[in-house]
Amino acid sequence: MARKEITHLLRLEWQLDRRQKHAWGSMALYVVSTVYTCYLGVKKIAEVPTWNALFWIILLFAAFNALGRSFQREEGGRQLYLHTLAHPRNVVLARTLYNAMVMLVLSGVSLFAYTLFMGDQVLAGADLPLFALSVALGGIGFALSLTLIAAIAARAGSGLGLMAILGFPIVLPMLLAVMRASKLALDGVAWSVVGKYLVSLVALDVLAVALAAILFPYLWRD
Amino acid sequence: MRQWWWKILGTALLLYVVIIGLRTPLAPALIHRSIDRIAPGPVSFVVSSYNTRFANDVLQGWIENDSQRVCATNIERLSDDQLRISMDIPTGLRKEMSDLHIFSEHSGALVMYDAFFTEGRGSGIEDRNCAVGKSLRSGFEFPDRNILNESIRNLFFHVPMWFAMITVMSIGVWKSVRVLRANSMAEDRAALAAVQVGLLFGLFGLITGSLWARVTWETWWTIDVKLNGAAVGVLVYLAYLVLRGSVAEPAKRARLAAIYSIFAFTFMLLFFLVLPRLNAVDSLHPGNGGNPAFNTYDLDNRLRLVFYPACAGWIIMGVWMYQLRRRLLNLEDHLAHATDQ
Repeated sequence: MARKEITHLLRLEWQLDRRQKHAWGSMALYVVSTVYTCYLGVKKIAEVPTWNALFWIILLFAAFNALGRSFQREEGGRQLYLHTLAHPRNVVLARTLYNAMVMLVLSGVSLFAYTLFMGDQVLAGADLPLFALSVALGGIGFALSLTLIAAIAARAGSGLGLMAILGFPIVLPMLLAVMRASKLALDGVAWSVVGKYLVSLVALDVLAVALAAILFPYLWRD
Repeated sequence: MRQWWWKILGTALLLYVVIIGLRTPLAPALIHRSIDRIAPGPVSFVVSSYNTRFANDVLQGWIENDSQRVCATNIERLSDDQLRISMDIPTGLRKEMSDLHIFSEHSGALVMYDAFFTEGRGSGIEDRNCAVGKSLRSGFEFPDRNILNESIRNLFFHVPMWFAMITVMSIGVWKSVRVLRANSMAEDRAALAAVQVGLLFGLFGLITGSLWARVTWETWWTIDVKLNGAAVGVLVYLAYLVLRGSVAEPAKRARLAAIYSIFAFTFMLLFFLVLPRLNAVDSLHPGNGGNPAFNTYDLDNRLRLVFYPACAGWIIMGVWMYQLRRRLLNLEDHLAHATDQ
């Protein structure tokens, strides 16, 4: 039952987003213009720590930007309508899953644009599959931990500003772990060292999803 | 009396902590020597110390290298805390670093480990024993640790701040759960009071920590697991207050704030538990990454006598402040309703 409801909600999300193509365009534009601004400022970056840090800063704020929208649609009557159709827990789980997929795509796009402009010299000595894995896990992690925050910010009726303020302390631990992991992967360090960061990342993800599933129904109770 | 005995206890504990913690002298220690390498032949150097009374003291001095001793040929008392020591360094000391020892009747045995880089090394020298007398030293004092020195007293203020913050924070999370369960505005005010008091302790923890870092590590802020944790904690509190400020409707504000506080603090707890284990090597704090923890020192019992009461005292103070703040918020609410009608 729950799985069927989640699949339906996922399809609903996808259809709504397909109708609002400008949403995808704005996300891509945000990433590309940020990357291009960095390119104008520093041209190519050859040092691993700087390259890595700048990439995560761009991806972090792209995530805030992309996820901040995710509950803006449910203002007023639509939320009530959705409430009568589905259990709030399934709503938040579907939205989280959908956001994770969006962030997966967005991290791929960001990484592509970033290497295109800022240079791929640092990738020469890198463990590429491991680096790709940490970027993917990082993007998904942002989505999982920020979905509930986006819902809170939307219910509070404020825009992206509040979302960033509420979300930053939440993603900070995740950001620390994933930045460390991706830097080690870029340095070509073995899986045995990087692994523990990724495992802790997954632990934070599980906690975030569990808490969202528990707390979200209270958010929708009026 | 039955209800507020713990307030008296907390006040007494903090009074004890402030008086004993700030009044107890540091143990005498050697803090500086005018040269840091020795070569075979006659050498003469000045040793500076802290909390000693050398002027009318019976003194012996020697350097020790791989438990072999070179005795001082002359010790000149420059002042209560300065000596000029002369000695003849033989060729053949075994190890790279030599320790400096001063024995004083007033101050006991003073040691500066690895004080001198040793040149002209060989396979050992003739064993000699520089005569050692009996120390008259006794009394309660704190250890004088390298780089900590007098700032060691901050242990009774900086560390308990975080314990008090975590205690008050737990009260806040519990009250937030009650808000969601009971939908009560009184519980919401209690959660707000806990956050306000917790934020105060967090800020004091940051200030005392920052000052301590300036004295010992020569920086106001640095990359460190515990510092990251502290920053996240204070940021969560501030975000909580911003969230409350941006919602006008009281019932909705109570619910949103409760949800955020449960989410954020559970996350933070995992952050405290998981990340230190990952980055343990990076921490400058005692007990992490090769830094000796306070309790590995045998001298620590003297600090513990004040540290444990300090923790208990500050936690009690935190709970008391939370109760006062909650009562004040309730009264303000009451007053607002009264003037409405």
